[in-house]
Amino acid sequence: MKRSGLVLIVSILLVYIFLIGPLVIIGFSGFNESEFLDFPPKVYSFRWFFRIFESDMFVSAFQTSLLISVLGATGALLVGLPAAYSLSRTRAKWRRSVLSLFMSPVIVPGVVLGFALLKHVVIALDIEVWTGMVMGHMLIMLPYVIRVIVSSLSNVPIEIEEAAVSLGCSNTHAFLIVVLPNIRSGILAACLLAFITSLNDVPVTIFLTGPGVTTLPIQMLSYVEYYFDPTVSALSVLLMLLTVAIMIVIESTMGLSFFTKK
Amino acid sequence: MNNRLHILLVLPGVLLVVALLVAPLYFVFLDTIPDLEHPFSLYEAFLEKGFHQKIIIRTIRVALITTMICVILAYPCAFFIARYARRFKAVLIVIAVFPLLLSPVVRSFAWMAILGKNGFVNDLLLFFRIIQEPVQMLYTEGAVIVGLTYLFLPLMILPLVGVIENIEEDLLDSAKSLGAKDIIVFFQIILPLSASGLLVGCILVFTGSLTAYTTPRLLGGDQAMTLSTLIYQNAMTLFEWDAASVIAIIMITLTILVMKIIGSLATRMNPDV
Repeated sequence: MKRSGLVLIVSILLVYIFLIGPLVIIGFSGFNESEFLDFPPKVYSFRWFFRIFESDMFVSAFQTSLLISVLGATGALLVGLPAAYSLSRTRAKWRRSVLSLFMSPVIVPGVVLGFALLKHVVIALDIEVWTGMVMGHMLIMLPYVIRVIVSSLSNVPIEIEEAAVSLGCSNTHAFLIVVLPNIRSGILAACLLAFITSLNDVPVTIFLTGPGVTTLPIQMLSYVEYYFDPTVSALSVLLMLLTVAIMIVIESTMGLSFFTKK
Repeated sequence: MNNRLHILLVLPGVLLVVALLVAPLYFVFLDTIPDLEHPFSLYEAFLEKGFHQKIIIRTIRVALITTMICVILAYPCAFFIARYARRFKAVLIVIAVFPLLLSPVVRSFAWMAILGKNGFVNDLLLFFRIIQEPVQMLYTEGAVIVGLTYLFLPLMILPLVGVIENIEEDLLDSAKSLGAKDIIVFFQIILPLSASGLLVGCILVFTGSLTAYTTPRLLGGDQAMTLSTLIYQNAMTLFEWDAASVIAIIMITLTILVMKIIGSLATRMNPDV
């Protein structure tokens, strides 16, 4: 038992080095003075961080990403919140099939989704690039919004709502003053998860980009294919910081244990 | 509340998914059978090319190997996190979740830097004089497998932690006190009782690897293409939309097939799943 315990610990250590190592290497190379991604750097500097903001390419791509994900998340929330409410309260037979319909954007391969959207929505209906992009992002965010809000709603007992209604509240009023305040943190977590999904998406987005409309990951993707310097490393450091911030908020709203329960 | 009101509340969402996903996919499917006399002519034309067959086989092989590596790496990890980590548990879970939320471009780029001609691995091998000249590691199938394993390992660890946590300690203790060896305990108790988590993990990793785009594009390039980089190339650079539609249907079919097969395997391992 002693020896198998040691083997266990060593193998976990190796797996965790595998998980963290690449990010540490990229992190260091972002602070490299030289133009190469050598590790560890000989001289440290912030020059590549300044480079990000000097060229318009990444800044405007990030702004586009931000705008698309905010618009998409708003749309996903507008249709997702009522749907999630109904799904968590109804016992009708259609519940299961509707729920799996809402989860389908996660199951259908991203590139297939992007291609189908481009061919049969954006081009077939001659929709503007911007609109198509927002529609695509709304679609990929919807499953996260619905799943998180449904699980958040399942913690709100139906009785307190019924109590409000029996005391003379209308259904809508009861929802607004009793249910909504109780799922505030769930909604916040849903939005953050949706935001990160949208911000990181490549396969759907890459089919929907057009002249002047490029998101941050697509811009990074095409950059690293042509230039191999620490600019993207520096950008990665910033994205890691953003991710840490988002994780802290998710942890404080619904707990990271959410990720171990599928 | 009555049923009609509930239907009204889900209706906008349902319409959105139908308009942006179900209908477009249905039209893509119709595109692949332009001629009802020979419904499979486009598929035949696509599959005839050896180049395409190679890519389909490579995609499945890469996904299969990635899933197997993830299972092997994730089990000890998940077991340790769920049972022995105690106060390190939260930290270990956070470290597993963190890469999941990070852009796949960043995660693949990291491996470009590590596996490149002047990358970390080549430097290391040169330093210890294991090799005399830098080895080409990028743009190979191996690089794609490493990148995908890195991308999806957390998706195997996390569901396994969830199910292993729920296995009763008494069960393991009584098996051991009755003389079962560690390996028997694993195959007879832990494996069947964690089948549901394993099922979720395998489906996520296998379908994820089957359809990932960023990693094969950056680490595989044109030399080690997969179905997802092939569909992009056909649709956006070659404008072969018929071929792209065929690939789309093949990818969806593969995904559904994988989910069904893994699902039935898990039911056989533990009928209660």
